[in-house]
Amino acid sequence: MMLPRRSTILGGAALAAGAAAVPARAQLTIDMTRPTFEPVPIAIVDFAGDRVGADIANVVRNDLQNSGLFRSIPPGSFIQKDVNASAPPQFPAWRQIGAAGVVVGQVSQAGGNIKVDFRLWDVVVGNQAAGLSFTSQPANWRRLAHIIADAIYKRVTGEEGYFDTRIAYVAESGPGNARVKRIAIMDQDGANSRFITDGRTIAITPRFSPTLQEIVYMAYAEDRSPPRVYLQSVDSGRRELLGNFPGMSFAPRFSPDGTKVVMSISENGQSDIYEMDVRGRALRRLTNTPAIDTSPCYSNDGSQIVFNSDRGGSQQLYVMSAGGGGERRISFGEGRYATPVWSPRGDWIAFTKITAGAFGIGVMRPDGGGERMLASGFLVEGPTWAPNGRVLAFFRQQPSSAGRAGSVTLHQIDITGRFERQIPTAGDASDPAWSPLIPQ
Amino acid sequence: MRTIKAFVAMAMMLAIAACSGQQEQAAGATTTVTPGSVADFRQNVGDRVFFDTDMSNIREDGRQTLTRQAEWLKKYTNYQITIAGHCDERGTREYNLALGERRANAAKQFLVAQGIPAQRIQTISYGKERPDPVGSDEAAWARNRRAVTELQ
Repeated sequence: MMLPRRSTILGGAALAAGAAAVPARAQLTIDMTRPTFEPVPIAIVDFAGDRVGADIANVVRNDLQNSGLFRSIPPGSFIQKDVNASAPPQFPAWRQIGAAGVVVGQVSQAGGNIKVDFRLWDVVVGNQAAGLSFTSQPANWRRLAHIIADAIYKRVTGEEGYFDTRIAYVAESGPGNARVKRIAIMDQDGANSRFITDGRTIAITPRFSPTLQEIVYMAYAEDRSPPRVYLQSVDSGRRELLGNFPGMSFAPRFSPDGTKVVMSISENGQSDIYEMDVRGRALRRLTNTPAIDTSPCYSNDGSQIVFNSDRGGSQQLYVMSAGGGGERRISFGEGRYATPVWSPRGDWIAFTKITAGAFGIGVMRPDGGGERMLASGFLVEGPTWAPNGRVLAFFRQQPSSAGRAGSVTLHQIDITGRFERQIPTAGDASDPAWSPLIPQ
Repeated sequence: MRTIKAFVAMAMMLAIAACSGQQEQAAGATTTVTPGSVADFRQNVGDRVFFDTDMSNIREDGRQTLTRQAEWLKKYTNYQITIAGHCDERGTREYNLALGERRANAAKQFLVAQGIPAQRIQTISYGKERPDPVGSDEAAWARNRRAVTELQ
């Protein structure tokens, strides 16, 4: 199955019915940075005009509910049953069931494509808060639903949405001592999962290019040569070795503009960080210490790199210039710090922290201040940012017992740490990598 | 015939017990393996050394094992070897790949210092990807922090 290409979603045309510029009151807005808030109660009516309309509404409901910021009112409790998709709803009937907003939509055929119009009505104020129209191939209906959920999320929270995205991850199966690890890609909500590698060798740590057209990951060879970093086209499946070094290469990650990959290369037991130009394949060494320097990640503007190193005796976080140099330690708390990832907004660095007996996922400011732990457990690891920088995904592994590997699952958590949920996968899953918004 | 079968079964059980012991040890009198074979190396020399948490220096028990390995490898020069470095699950995946590489390299350097040519020795790291045994307690983790010398 091919991923939809850039040109498949048309439109984004505003539906300017009714007074649009009236600011909504508190109930249809949410400030997710406040210490406490109530999820916004929202009613999403099955979209009219086509059988797929109910499916679209379901995807929108799940997206919003799963964000933790909305409460989807069960359709069974709706009082107004005959909502006209292009006229205002009966606001009192929606106020009565406690809705702050009502979403209605219409699906129509447009020359082999489907056209979806939707409107978000502010029940409190009694006007239209948002309205957009999109056209696409019928097979893309889930993407249309995610784009609509993103528009609602943005209108209510003031933040960019993150529903029209994908997550690359490692699908795990088999016994604990001979795990099969395959790279897979799925929609952010767990739908449309498909394998990217065949599982003949271990493949781990996938990361998307900014266009989602390529991924980089590390895989073992079928002989006993060292594992190395591969670059693979998502659509064609064609893959190539990203540089052929005598030692192991690992921990790859794209630069924000996609022109470079930063990674670690090992030689004689020493692991240093290198930058490779993706097109010309020129290699440049960025660190040179006897220590383990790994898990590099660019800042959102591409000017700096955060990484972890044990050069000071234990694993800690360091920031350096993207060209190397100016290295400075930023983590000073108790324990070991690992897998730093810079927020796409630039305001936080998320990390894995290892203290006696437990693992945690936390965030700190790029200067090391403001450290806050969001999640903890026997083994939690590998945070990755949703493109809006307000939600993270990571993985949780349960302890093994009686020779059986513990389950491994993907989770998402908002940056306040209030709302965690498991991301559904068909089997065990680890190493999530959240994509940017899919180009429309 | 029955008694001979019983004896063979007993010898095999003893060999298995020796393989799965906490410390690598020469298995002693009960082995019937061919000298110079992979089984001989595993049972009578010891194919693996263990490390402390987040460390890659060779401990005293590991020095003894690697010294025996070097003697054996000098005697049986037909083998190429790969040293596979491993870690327990109490570290992050990428860091553990680097740590496993460091452990494999430490074992390699010890063998080279004992006179094994460096070109006979390859290293590979499995980080925490290939636990043996599978387990989430101190005993399992201690067994997983290892460098295993594999013969080809």
